[in-house]
Amino acid sequence: MAKVYIDNKEYEVPEGKNMLEVCLSLGLDLTYFCWHPAMDSVGACRQCAVMAYRDENDTRGRLTMACMMDAVDGARISILDDRSKEFRAENIESLMINHPHDCAVCDEGGECHLQDMTIMSGHNYRRYRFKKRTHVNQDLGPFVKHEMNRCIQCYRCVRFYNDYAGGKDFGVFASSGRVFFGRSEEGTLESEFSGNLVEVCPTGVFTDKTLHKHYTRKWDLTSAPSVCQQCAVGCNTLSSERYGKIRRTMTRYNGDVNGYFLCDRGRFGYEYVNDEKRLTRVAQKNQTSGLDAFEAIKAHLATKPKMIGIGSPRASLESNFMLRQLVGADNFYLGINKIEAEVVKSVYDVLQNGKVRTPSLGEVENYDTVFVLGEDVTNTAPMIALGLRQASRTLPKEKAFALKIQKWNDAAIREVVQDDKGPFFIATPYATRLEDIATGVHYGNTEDLVNTAMKVAEGIAKGSSAGSDFIKETVEALMASKKPLIVSGSGMMSQDIILAAAKIAESLQDAGKDVGIVYAIPEVNSMGTAMMGNAGALEDAMQRTAEDKNTTAIVLETDLYYRADEASATSFLNNCNHVILLDSMENSTTPMVDYILPSGTFAESDGTCVNNEGRAQRYYQVFKPNNDMLSSWAWLDMMINQTTEARPFDNIVSEMTTALPVFSAIRDLAPDADFRIGTQKIPRQTHRFSGRTSSAANISVHEEKPPVDVDSPLSYTMEGYHGNPPSADIPFYWAPGWNSVQSINKYQIEVGGPLHGGNPGVRLIEPNKNGTIQFNGRKDIKGKGQFEVLPSWLIYGSGEMSAQSPAVAKRVPEAVITMSDKTMASKGISEHQLIKISHPKGEIALPVHACSSVPDNVLLVPYGLKNTMGIQFPFNTDLE
Amino acid sequence: MERPLTQHMKSDGTALSLKEYEASGGYEGLRKALKMTPLEVMNLVKDSKLRGRGGAGFPTGMKWSFVPMGEDAPKQKYIVANGDEMEPGTFKDRLLVELNPHMLIEGMIISAYAIGASMSYIFLRWAYHLGAKRIQVALDEAYQAGYLGKNIMGSGFDIDMDLHTSVGRYICGEETALLNALEGKRANPRNKPPFPQVSGLFGKPTIVNNVETYCNVPHILAKGAEWYLSLSQSEGGGGTKLYGASGRVKNPGVYELPLGITLRELVEVHAGGMQDGYKLRGILPGGASTDFLTPDHLDIKMDFEEVAKAGSRMGTGLIIVLDDKTCPIGMCLNLEQFFAQESCGWCTPCREGLPWTAKLLQGIEDGQGRPEDIDILSGQTRYMAPGNTFCALAPGAMEPLQSALKYFREDFEEHIHTHHCKYQHH
Repeated sequence: MAKVYIDNKEYEVPEGKNMLEVCLSLGLDLTYFCWHPAMDSVGACRQCAVMAYRDENDTRGRLTMACMMDAVDGARISILDDRSKEFRAENIESLMINHPHDCAVCDEGGECHLQDMTIMSGHNYRRYRFKKRTHVNQDLGPFVKHEMNRCIQCYRCVRFYNDYAGGKDFGVFASSGRVFFGRSEEGTLESEFSGNLVEVCPTGVFTDKTLHKHYTRKWDLTSAPSVCQQCAVGCNTLSSERYGKIRRTMTRYNGDVNGYFLCDRGRFGYEYVNDEKRLTRVAQKNQTSGLDAFEAIKAHLATKPKMIGIGSPRASLESNFMLRQLVGADNFYLGINKIEAEVVKSVYDVLQNGKVRTPSLGEVENYDTVFVLGEDVTNTAPMIALGLRQASRTLPKEKAFALKIQKWNDAAIREVVQDDKGPFFIATPYATRLEDIATGVHYGNTEDLVNTAMKVAEGIAKGSSAGSDFIKETVEALMASKKPLIVSGSGMMSQDIILAAAKIAESLQDAGKDVGIVYAIPEVNSMGTAMMGNAGALEDAMQRTAEDKNTTAIVLETDLYYRADEASATSFLNNCNHVILLDSMENSTTPMVDYILPSGTFAESDGTCVNNEGRAQRYYQVFKPNNDMLSSWAWLDMMINQTTEARPFDNIVSEMTTALPVFSAIRDLAPDADFRIGTQKIPRQTHRFSGRTSSAANISVHEEKPPVDVDSPLSYTMEGYHGNPPSADIPFYWAPGWNSVQSINKYQIEVGGPLHGGNPGVRLIEPNKNGTIQFNGRKDIKGKGQFEVLPSWLIYGSGEMSAQSPAVAKRVPEAVITMSDKTMASKGISEHQLIKISHPKGEIALPVHACSSVPDNVLLVPYGLKNTMGIQFPFNTDLE
Repeated sequence: MERPLTQHMKSDGTALSLKEYEASGGYEGLRKALKMTPLEVMNLVKDSKLRGRGGAGFPTGMKWSFVPMGEDAPKQKYIVANGDEMEPGTFKDRLLVELNPHMLIEGMIISAYAIGASMSYIFLRWAYHLGAKRIQVALDEAYQAGYLGKNIMGSGFDIDMDLHTSVGRYICGEETALLNALEGKRANPRNKPPFPQVSGLFGKPTIVNNVETYCNVPHILAKGAEWYLSLSQSEGGGGTKLYGASGRVKNPGVYELPLGITLRELVEVHAGGMQDGYKLRGILPGGASTDFLTPDHLDIKMDFEEVAKAGSRMGTGLIIVLDDKTCPIGMCLNLEQFFAQESCGWCTPCREGLPWTAKLLQGIEDGQGRPEDIDILSGQTRYMAPGNTFCALAPGAMEPLQSALKYFREDFEEHIHTHHCKYQHH
């Protein structure tokens, strides 16, 4: 600890911080722009100027940037002295000289850091009387809107986009007052993390284009803490609604998961919630829809039919559990194919029964050496890729620290690090977007990669390696490392890959390394459903209904045509006596079923999901829709109990945690529904929410009673406790004087640190210190054919729901079969030529694309696109 | 009087060839240096009281001593010559690189030896095409003669040298911006600390010195610190200095004179005094980014201490003379427009403050000034004071303005009051 003095008051603060961090952590208000808690200091904007004094006898002081000043023992500053106050106001006046003052029509208005800082600085009278400079704005694609005239040149955008996220198509151009941030030419931002510019930008230069389509001011949004549903990482989000439409997704800070950032699939993939294809009414095939249909379902269930349930990795634990309760554990099946089920189960096995711990996403960036096996992380779990990018700088940064450069001195660290990369090895079936930070890459088919991995594991165990240079270098680097990280996942749909990665990690643990292992898995609740115990896969359910056609199938949030090939899905649906579907959107399955119960998505339901780390996380209903939609678990509860009203969420959780002790920690995941601060609930609406008495006045001038939330301590109104709620229940960030997302500072114990009350979420899986993984190498490859067909993953396209969001849909590429140039030449195929390949359940015809990194014995087919959905990977095939 | 830097230059305007340079005693300093230890070379330069000629006057030997030396020091270190001479009114380095490039090269080799650098760069102003050509010829000659390359002169010391011509931005003269430019990055200055001596070019220990500074080094090595100190008339530093003058003097140019001659001698003797019909009104003593001095200051010594005491800086030592028939506001406007244009755009005060300042001056000069403009302008000089900005560009830009506001205030007031500039005859 260091003793520092701020305005003559003594404070004990942690070592190694700068004075700006210290001030903000102490809750003191000090203006700033270029500093960002995740990107640290560069000293560009000069907005955090304070008066620094040598000692108590120094009465003159020296104007100093707090963000560039070490908070060492005896450091002494004043925020309140006249000269530094005057300077901060002058600085705002200066950087505002070209600002258009268009707050009224700016999407940032009302949550603008520039507005907040301007007010905080006291600047209020503009003396600049000359013409303002203007810029031409660019169309940056479907996600981010560009309005350069508002720019105050804090350089955060370019520091995030290029330096932090590794983007290459964005930059800063020109000089002096003409500095321009954007692309060298108009076009879609290529980075998977471009949406963070919206939050990183302190004003309205970069704004959310999807929000703009249905714009609402921050103060008019009804928001709830949510969890991103678009991959298995489970980034924490804030989801916001007005008039029954979700308006946007913002980052919900969680230092153990996503920190300050989100990927673009997560941020912009919410729009399917507002889609016209949403299922909103209870429906019975060939009958009138309405709640009577639900009575018919209940009547049918009262006859005690033979039932099976199809669970879903995109449904909450509670919904899956209630389905299991309804049909019985023996009749509960996972809505995924056998291979996927085995792969996910292996991951769970390794994390639970192996000896190596899986770190949280927040910890990933602290590892010093990385080996990625088989996984295209950027496309399957983008935020892990962002963490890995930081990890690649862990060792190079040590050189800067050896020169006594402070941990927060970002620019100085980057000067020392230059383009140096820490040891980072990638063995995948094709070149990934992390190639630019890799120190070694290797491409191969499943067999090759498993063999490579096993040689690496052996090399570590023996302390010497044999094989290719790649293997030798990887072994050497891992052995030299203090804190290696093994990254793999379900992307190749291979249990062997999962286990081979586990063996490497295990051998490193045995060699005394502080090793971690991270797996990317398919969906938001893949882990949760795997943890529910041994359930059959979709094929098992299909076989059972083929054998016994007198079965009622209750299908939970599953499009059978997405999960299985067309013929199998159709025959399954035809084989069942009755099919009751609980889902949120029209898809290929919906016309085939007898009953439809409209389920809420994450926006209209409560639930718990378990992410790839084994972290259970709670998401809250954002709003009560004005239709039949309910949480799936609520429908199922009413079906079980033959009631017209579901029991509250807490009862379901308590029943689940009793029945499945593996989930018992979930009880303490978040406050119970009866939690109150004093007597008050936590409002989903802001204290400035407007139009409450008039928003429904076209229907009735009498204000309707707001809906009551029996499932959580959150209320649907603006009344309630407006201070800091428990960390799991933060519906939006707002603090006096801090209207923008930067108010996150006020919710943290120290800036960039955990939230007050700890970061939300509980880890359900810890390793077994004495465990070991049984795996001795690749099993026989099934199937015949010269080529192994593997899925290629698309951040925009391979997610079932996100791909249906209009902005994301614009980024979904054409489906192609990718092969090596050599394969193309040897088979006489040309680029874009339409070719047909057969898979075990049929064939597909797609144009061809050449890619030099793909091995000659591998073909790639994109996962989950409209014309490739339902294909089971991997399989072998021949090219005619 | 000895003029080590210029006395051997040829009057026909061509550069000294390697042979001619050697005949004039060239590369003797290097020969001596290679027989000494690097530490002895460094100490000799310290003893000579050589101070940086780029403007700040930092003791050269001391600057070198911050470079990590010994076994644990990084293997790769760099020597960089700052030849990005873009300071308005300054043209001394041009003379050196055009007429005697070997002197620079020799100085850099010795400096590289002193700090253990194996790679060196001459960073040259874009517009110095002739200088670039002549440096390149000299580099080729030096490589041929074995002064550059591996194991030079059988000493076991390796040193390579490259010429890098800038793309023409004033900010590249700021040593850390220069390093960024040399790395192929945006020429924004870097924060200090860490200083380039510790983390410089490509993050490695680096010495950046001015061209003129390096040119002094061979002579110090050849003739010793005592001799070098005897050249100077200043307590604060040794050697001669390239002084110069521009403006309405009779004999504008560059003159090598003992460090510490008086401003009066410089103006009245070497620059030949004012042209007929013009009176001396003010002097920028060391380039555009120094405060005005007035005729009252003519008796101060042109060295780092005395000019500072008079409220300005010696800077590059090349004076710009303001006469009584030239508008001081027009002069400030010209300078501020230059500085505004050359701001890199990194920190707020410089990026926004300088264009605003230039616009205010333009307004006053055009007769559109308002009474409150003088307050705003002096506010700007305080706003962009040293320490408030990221680098020294904006504080430098404020120096002529703040002194103009002090010494020529009545001109500002008159412009604003009469809505026109009395110096304009049309």
